[in-house]
Formats: sequence, C-alpha cells, structure tokens
Amino acid sequence: MTAVLGRRAAPGRRAVPRRRRTRARLVWIAQHSLAIALALMFLGPLVFIALTALMSNRQALTADLWPDTWEWGNFAAVFTRAPMPRWFGNTLLYAGLATAFMLVSSVPVAYALARLRFRGGRVALVLVIAMMMLPPQVTAVPLYIVWARFGLADTLWPLILPTLFGNAFSIFLLRQFLVTIPADYSDAARVDGCGELRILLRVILPMARPAVAAVALFHFFYCWNDYYGPLLYGSTNLDNWTLSVGLASFRALHRVEWNLTMAATLLVLAPVIVVFFFAQRVFIEGVTLTGVKG
Amino acid sequence: MTRLVPAALRRRGTWTVLAFLSPWLAGFLLLGAYPLAATVYFSFHRYDLFSLEWVGLLNYEYLLRDEHAWTAVRNTLWLVAVMVPARLLFALGVAQLVVHLKAGTAFFRTVFFLPSLVPLVAGTLGFVFLLNPATGPVHALLGAAGISSPDWFGDPSWAKPGLTLLGMWGVGELMVIFMAALLDVPRHLYEAAAIDGAGPWQRFRRITLPTIAPVLLFTAVTEVITTLQYFTQAMVAAKVASGTTDLPGVQFTPGYPETSTLTFPQWLFHQGFRDFAMGYACVLALLLFAVAMAATLVLLRRFRAFTEGDLA
Repeated sequence: MTAVLGRRAAPGRRAVPRRRRTRARLVWIAQHSLAIALALMFLGPLVFIALTALMSNRQALTADLWPDTWEWGNFAAVFTRAPMPRWFGNTLLYAGLATAFMLVSSVPVAYALARLRFRGGRVALVLVIAMMMLPPQVTAVPLYIVWARFGLADTLWPLILPTLFGNAFSIFLLRQFLVTIPADYSDAARVDGCGELRILLRVILPMARPAVAAVALFHFFYCWNDYYGPLLYGSTNLDNWTLSVGLASFRALHRVEWNLTMAATLLVLAPVIVVFFFAQRVFIEGVTLTGVKG
Repeated sequence: MTRLVPAALRRRGTWTVLAFLSPWLAGFLLLGAYPLAATVYFSFHRYDLFSLEWVGLLNYEYLLRDEHAWTAVRNTLWLVAVMVPARLLFALGVAQLVVHLKAGTAFFRTVFFLPSLVPLVAGTLGFVFLLNPATGPVHALLGAAGISSPDWFGDPSWAKPGLTLLGMWGVGELMVIFMAALLDVPRHLYEAAAIDGAGPWQRFRRITLPTIAPVLLFTAVTEVITTLQYFTQAMVAAKVASGTTDLPGVQFTPGYPETSTLTFPQWLFHQGFRDFAMGYACVLALLLFAVAMAATLVLLRRFRAFTEGDLA
C-alpha cells in the first residue's frame, strides 16, 4: 500500500501517522458503542413500562418482554378503576395555581436582589439560599398546625397559598439570570425617568423570558411530581388526591393488576415527556443555570 | 458599570426596595422564622393537635432510646455515603462521554436527560416492577450473565442498592450541569498539556478537575441536602413492593422490607402526621435542621466569593 492512498495530507501539515488514525477510529467506535449501550439502559425502563402497559394481566405477571396481544383497552380500564380525571384536575389546579402565584411573587424579589443596590442586599441573598436549602420537613409540624387551625389541612391549599410569598429556588434561579443583563439597559430607562416597576416590566422581563419560562416549567413539574406535599395535605380526603398520591396507592387501593398500574404510570409521565420535547431548550438552559459556578 | 450614570440614580428609596422584597420578607417570617421558632417550642411539649402539655426534655430523651430513629439515621447516611457519590461519578462520566462524542451529541444528551424528568412516583413504580425477579427482565439478563439476581425491593440488604440504581437512572440534570462545566474548560489548556505529553488521566486530574471543582462542590452539597430529604422513592417502593398503602383509617409503616428503606424524613412524617406525636417530630426536625444547615454553611463559605462584587 502506498503511503497516502488518495487521501492526501493537507499541505504544510504532517500527515497523521496511520497508527494514530486507526487509534482515533477505535476510540470513536468505543465511545459511540458505550453511548448507545447507555442510551438503551436509560430508555429501557420507559420502554418496559410502555410494553407492560399494553399486556394482558396474565402476561404482565410473567417475565415476558413483548406483548402477545396488544391490549389498548388497558388505558380506558384505568379510568374505570380509579378517578383519574379527578386526580388529574387536582394536580392541574395545584401545579397551575402554584406556578402562577410563584411567578407573581418571585420575579420582583429576584429583580430587587439582582438589580437594586440596598443595604442588607447580601444578607437577603444569603437568606434566600439558606431557605432554598431548608428541608421542608423541618418546618412541617408548626405549619401543619396552623393550616389545621384554619381547617385547611386536608385540602391542597396549604401547598398553593405559600407560593404567594415567593419560592426560594425560583428567586435564586431568576436572580442568577437577571444579574447577567448589563446594567446599561436599566440605567438608560432610569435616565428617562422610568420607575423600577416599569423598568422591570418593560425592559428586563422581555429580556428574561427564557429564565422566566424555565422557572415556571420547573415549578410546574415540581408540583406535578410532588408526592410529599399532597401526601401531607389532602391525602386524608380521597377527593383531594393528586396523580402522584393516587398512583402510589393505585395497586393496593384498587386491587388492580400490574398491567393497569403500568398503564396509569404511563398516563402520569406522558404529559411531562410531551412538554419536554416541545420545550427542550428551555429545560436544558434552565438546568445549566442551576449549576452555579462558585 | 458605566461611569456616566451617577450611582445615586441606582440607589432607590428604601420603600421601593421593600415593596419589591415584600412577598419574600413576609414569606421568610411566616414560613421560615415563625415555624422554626415554633418547632423549638413544640419540641418541649407533647402535642397531638388537641392537648398541649409541657414535658421538658422528655422528647429529647426519647430520641436516644428510639431505635427506629437511629435505623432511619443509618439508612439516610447510607444513601448519603453511597448514592450521592454514585450519582456524582456516574453523571460526571456520562457528561465526559457526551462532551467527547463526535456525532449525535444532542440526541444522547436528550436521551440521558429524559429519565430525570420522569415523576418520582412513576419512575419508582417502574423500577420496582422492572427489578422484580418474577416480572422484570433484569433477572433474566443477570441470569444469562451467570449472576443470580437478588429480590431487590423484597430483600432488606438489596432495597437500598435498588434505590441507588433508580437514583443513577435519574442523573440527567447533574449530567447537563457537568456538561456545561466541562465545555467551559479552556481548550488551549488541553492543547498545551497534550504538547507537554500529558496523558488523558493526567489532563483530567490536572486541568479538568481543578476547573470544574466549584461546580462539583456546589452539586455535591445540594445532592447531600436533597438526599437528607429522601422520602418519595423509598416510601413508594415500600408501598408498592409490600402491596400496602396508607388510606384513611389504615396505617402504613414505612421501611419495607423490614426497616431497610426507612429514611429519616419518613420517620419524622410518620411520627408527626400518622401517630401525631408532634412534639417528638419537632425534635427529629431540629436534628434534620442542624445537619442540613451544616451542609449549607459549607456551601455558603464557598459562595462568598461568588456573591461579592457581582451585585450590579
């Protein structure tokens, strides 16, 4: 074999030795095989849930992977066994209202922390971080007592109303984004005599749209997935169950088969995945924002 | 910062600042400071929502004798010691791999990120069924490799490893954070090191690791704090694997199999809101608070440099 064989090295550059090239190709193959193997492992459980959801009850109890008969009726059966629409509605109410309230209360706080100078600003930020790190179980008992006194302990309101007071994680995330907007924009508006509220609404918010979208999505999904909260409040009243509470008790409660349990599981996680595919960029950028550099 | 605008223009009146901060200030007082103080108060009482009785240090003494509490502490520390490093290392490894892929980066990133969005209850249900030797394929796969598979969520010594696998499956957010950090490492450092003849491991140790260290520390601390709150997956796995649940009027004791998945927040929850030993639950809450705040302090010390200066 001749040295170059059609593939000529670029002028002025040493040809890559063949051994190096073979090695690079082997590394390429090894890396991509590993990635494909990992991808199968990451997707495996989801595919498995979907396949089991379509099996007959008898087959679901075997180690079979592929459904003999495709039981599309399983999804309809889920609705006859459990009050899915009710759980769905409760979850939507919780997640929707909590997200709306969170945005209204958290955006101004994040704006002040990121873009206004005032004494105690640092302390306030440190307190936000401390609140973010505070496990919800620490304050659970006194808060439960307060809500019980208001007669709301077996509703979802104790999870919704507190979001009117800002959410530490969302405030922090928004603040991280807002500090990156150059000060010139708001200064120009200030010179024109704009008030801070106008600056926030007219100048800063339009620029912060991706961050606001990320925070809203995160909070919505946090509520959608939340199990601890709705188990603490509302789970004593069957009418106030959310999807996650219902799903966790689905099998024991309805003496239901595994295939239906997996069908219900699929119904709970499908909306999340659909939204993710439409808003993938928002998610990835938002997550990147959470990994703050120290 | 531009010189043209006098700093005074940015210094708004106290009332403006207070108005903007007011939701959070009220929240801090009502949802942070008050309940914390009340937790301390109730910890010296016996309280079940109806009768309040001063009992002094009785609740604290009970903590020393409460075997379940210490089992819960041990289980939680097991998760902190095993699951947190497993998740961090796995996420870092996957991130390294994806960053170095020549083709399909976006596709693999999406696939690896996806499971982290799966609702915890749904993911846990799937894993319990997946790892169940009678119904899941894992048993057959391990069998083909000549390994006899354990009865994961039915075996006290394998339930926590099962939860760890579940945790590693949902590692996507960490991976995305690490990918961003890895892509931030300046290219030229690697090129210089390669010229100096540094191998891949040396490049990783001497260049990558120091550069991403702050991100690693931040994620490690938040992971520890999240793991101290570990509740949902353990509770759901125990409920599904044991086939029982807590309905109005029915008691469910967490921890199945035996007490192997009983984590600290579950015990707090059980004491406070199922047995209504609320005074004692407050003692448990204060212990959790102390540990979580110690971890947060580590983080805040690192953070000082970061919060300084960049307040525009």
